[in-house]
Parts: sequence; C-alpha cells; structure tokens
Amino acid sequence: MSFANVVRRRLILLVFVVFGVSLVTFAISHMIPGDPARMMAGERASNEVVAHMRAVLGLDKPLAVQYLAYLRHLAQGDLGISILTQRPVLDDLVLFFPATIELAVAALLFAILLGVPLGVLSAIAKDRAVDQVTRTLSVTGISTPAFWLGLLLIYLFYGRLGIFPGSGRIDGPPPLHLTGFYTLDAALTGNWPALASALAHLFLPALTLGFVHLGIVTRQIRSAMLEVLQEDYVRTAKASGLSRAQIVLDHALRNALIPSVTMIGLAFGDLLYGAVLTETVFAWPGMGNYVVQSIAALDFPAIMGFTVVASTAYVLVNLAVDLTYMFLDPQIRAVG
Amino acid sequence: MSVAEPLAPVEETVPRRRAGELLRPLLRSPTFLVGSAILAFWVLDAIFWPAIVPQDPQALNVAQTLKPPSPAHWFGTDDLGRDVLSRTLAGASSTLTVAPAATALGLLGGTLLGLVTGYFRGLVDDIIMRAVDSLLAFPLIVIAVLVLAVLGPSVINVILVIAFVFTPIVARTVRSAVLGEREREYVSAAKLLGKSSAAIMFGEILPNITGPLAVEVTIRLGYAIFTSATLSFLSLGIQQPSPDWGLTISLGRAFLQLAPWIVLFPAAALATLIIAVNLVADGLRQAFEE
Repeated sequence: MSFANVVRRRLILLVFVVFGVSLVTFAISHMIPGDPARMMAGERASNEVVAHMRAVLGLDKPLAVQYLAYLRHLAQGDLGISILTQRPVLDDLVLFFPATIELAVAALLFAILLGVPLGVLSAIAKDRAVDQVTRTLSVTGISTPAFWLGLLLIYLFYGRLGIFPGSGRIDGPPPLHLTGFYTLDAALTGNWPALASALAHLFLPALTLGFVHLGIVTRQIRSAMLEVLQEDYVRTAKASGLSRAQIVLDHALRNALIPSVTMIGLAFGDLLYGAVLTETVFAWPGMGNYVVQSIAALDFPAIMGFTVVASTAYVLVNLAVDLTYMFLDPQIRAVG
Repeated sequence: MSVAEPLAPVEETVPRRRAGELLRPLLRSPTFLVGSAILAFWVLDAIFWPAIVPQDPQALNVAQTLKPPSPAHWFGTDDLGRDVLSRTLAGASSTLTVAPAATALGLLGGTLLGLVTGYFRGLVDDIIMRAVDSLLAFPLIVIAVLVLAVLGPSVINVILVIAFVFTPIVARTVRSAVLGEREREYVSAAKLLGKSSAAIMFGEILPNITGPLAVEVTIRLGYAIFTSATLSFLSLGIQQPSPDWGLTISLGRAFLQLAPWIVLFPAAALATLIIAVNLVADGLRQAFEE
C-alpha cells in the first residue's frame, strides 16, 4: 500500500473515531445520575437559580439538539466550558497537554536509552546469566503498577532521603512560556535554576512511567535481535571476519530496530494512558490528573474534550508510527 | 488400536501437540515454575484466607493504630488499628475473583468473534473487523473509567467493563490464528467429510489454536489484575471496607511517610501476583515457540 493510501485510510478512520468517541462520551455523560446544573449552582441554591443554570448550560434542550450543538462547536475547535475550572476546555487542555507530553517523552527516552542496550546484551548472551537477569527485569517492569513503584519511589527518595521532590512540576515560578515544556522553556531562556528544578521534579515520575516501557522495549529488542542474528547476512559477516561488535552494531542492531519502531511507537500511545496513574500519584498537573478530577466532579465538557483530544492523538501517533515504519523498511516501501 | 492401520485417520495430519510434548519444556522453564508457584500461593490464599489470617482483617483496635511491624503484627497495623498482614492475605480474593471472571468473559466474546470472522471471511469479517479496529482506536481505558463513573463502582461493573475492553483484543489474536489454520489440510478434510461449520470451528480449529490462546489468556489475566487494581486505586472499583489491595493502597497513601507499611505490603503483594502471571505467560510463550 502506498503512503498516500495509508494516510487517506487513516484520516477516514480518524473522522469515524472522533465522531464515535464524541457520540459515546456524550451518551455516557448524559446518563450520569448527578445534576451538573445543581452542582454548579451549589447545594443550597434555589430551584430558579438551578433552572437558570440549566438553561445557560443548554441542558434543558432535547439530547439530539445538545449533541448537534456539541458537534458544531467541536468542528470549530470549541470544546465548551469546564464546569470545574470555569474556563474553556480547550484552554485547559492546552495548559495541561505539554505537561503530559513532557512526562511521556522523558519516560520513553529513559525506556529506549536503557532498554535498547539491555535488549542487545540479552540477545547476545541468550540463556546466560545476563539474559536471565534482563528478562526477569523486563517481566518485572511490565508487571509493575505505576502507583506501587511511584509510591515506593516517593517514600524512598522524597520521604526518607529527601533528594527528589515528590509532587508537582517545579518549585517557584515556571519559566517564561514558550512551548509549555518547562525543561525546554527553561533551557531556551537560560533559566538554569528553573531547569534544575523542572528536571528534579520530572525524574521520579518519568522513572515510574518509563519502567513499564523499559520492559516492553527490552523484550522487543531482544526478540528482534535474536531473529536478525539468525539471518544469512549475519553469518556472511561472521565468515568474512568482521569483529563481533561490528556485526552486532552495524549489521544486526540496525535491522532489529526497524520492526521495533512499531512496538515502541505504539507504546508511546500507551504512555499517554499510563500517565493518568502516574500523574495522580505525583500530583503532576497534566491531562491525566485533569481527567481524573473532571470525572470526580462530573464535569462533562472537560471529560468529553479530553476523550476526543486523547483519541485523536492516539490515532495520529499510530499513523506517524506506521509511516515511519514504511519509510524505514525499503521492502514495504517497494511493494506500494 | 491395531498396529497396522490401513488408512491414516484425518487427525494424524494435524500437527496437534500432545500435552506431554508441551509439558516438558514448561517443566524445564524456571520462569514458568517460579511464576506458577507464586500464582498457586495466591490462589490458595484467596480461597483459604479465613483459615490462615492471624486476626480478623476487619477488627478495629483504637489502642493499636499505625503501629510498625512487630512480633504481634508482622506487617504492622493501619490507621484503624487493623492488622495489615491479615488484610494483605484477605485482599487477594477480590482481585482473584474480578480478574479471572473478566478475562473469561472477554475470552469468550473474543474467541467467538475471532473464530467466526477468521473462518467465514467475506462480508461478516469485513464488518466485524472494521468495528474491532475502530474499537481498538478508542482510548478504551478512558471510556472504561467514564462508564464506571456513570454506572457507579461495583464488582459486576468492573468485570463487565474489563471484559468489554478485552473482547476486541482477543478477537484479533484469535482471528489471525484462525487465518493460519483454515487453509490447512485437516480443515479441507473435515469439510469433505461434510462436517458443519460450527463443528469445524469448535471441534477442529479451536483445539489447534490453544497455544496462542493460552498465551493470550495469561497476558490478559495479568492486565485484568492490573486494571482492576488501577480502578480500585481510582476508587472506581471495589469499595470499602474490603481489604482489596488497590483500594488499600489508595486509602493508605495519606499515611505513606508516617506508616509506609500500610501501602507497601499490599503493593508488594499485588506486584508479586502480576509478576507471577507474567512469568507464566513468558514460560508458555517460549514453550509454544520452541
């Protein structure tokens, strides 16, 4: 399939997904037993005030009308006003999105920088002690719920040792807003104290979130390497007297990385979900934290906005991954 | 059975693995053995905990709150003076009820969908798999959380939600396994013998895809445990005063610096259970690959 074909099919899928997600979340959030107008007006507000609030929110109109209005606004990039924060949902998401992306990227970097060497090592030393230890580590990583590792790290490094902060993104004022990524903004503006603080705050949450994916990356690289090491060209390279390091790094690893791109890319989508828990544990002010609070407050515009944005991001990440894969693997490209 | 069979029975063309053939690599695999042992421990504990807990896991003791581990309370006591060891041992049963039930339901739905789509192909396949693909493009976990927020947290709702999330994932695995099998000779032979589609799907193909299914089941079970604990942690799952691990961890967070044992012991229990399931999955995968 050609590039253009893949892109076209995925974009059509994207439209369906966004439509479906908006429909599902709309339907679900209107089955909620609580009354958001009553919640906004307050427990002791009179019935007239609540009725007025209901009219302001448009909750007195038929459901189909409410949904169509929602879709029309959605098409214009208007996700409504959050009941909880009283601000446009889009503004809230723009505020919290960079925090989540920063956390997910840091976690992914950790997983790749440590996972690729571990996977290679494990494959070269198959069934030996190094391999057994690495495999146990990766199973442990895959099996570790973020809240348990996160709480353990907070207890040790914040509570006992006091070397890392246990919550939030930064101490003191955030750096000048350029991208919303505190580490990047601080580095770009040369604000070194802010950079140090942002990195220190990022460390434990990124470690927590990245540990799960360390297991996935290690396992994937190991099995891809094992497969590649069986190939004829590796045998040829061996026979032609190349050094072991040359064979492993130049011949095997490069080819093992191609199939791994998909796995690791898909893992990035999961990282966005994993962030929900990690953010809750570390009070990290990202999208995950935002949606958990919105659900607790029955804040439908916020919940729906989050769901639509998150699913769009998910489909786009998957598309980017597939395109990268096609780009990297000449065999697939040629077929198109 | 006679020594000289005039015609090889149909079954002999089937590359079906004998149970013993599979068991041997499994019994040699340290990951599988260690995982099974830990898993067996927790399963036995989930059933027999009333007989082994040193104290009533719900018994309050205001004179003994937040006590660190000691000979009287090996894992210490919580903020209400309850024995953490007893609560940790009793906490396995809720997880080990919810997760297997959800896995079984998701497996049932996914296997049916996967068998039907993979075997019949054509329009049915196109429609169902399009639906499955779209479902997989959804952030299902977010929707699960949303559904639970609406329906209200209960054990049944948690089971249904996890099973629903699993169904399309299992369907895809089963379908791709079925696609590999349906072109084989034993399937054509069964068709020639005039067997019905249902008989071929369930009697011929299903037994031949037990390998990938077994791996999928253990992987799903691990995720189910993980997800049910997560939902409890977000207070969308099992409710108080259950000694459920996820719930205990969530409630105990407030005491993390003061009395870490309240959180760390149930958290360690949960981690060992998930690790055990994944070790079993790893062992099974290797055994089927060999």
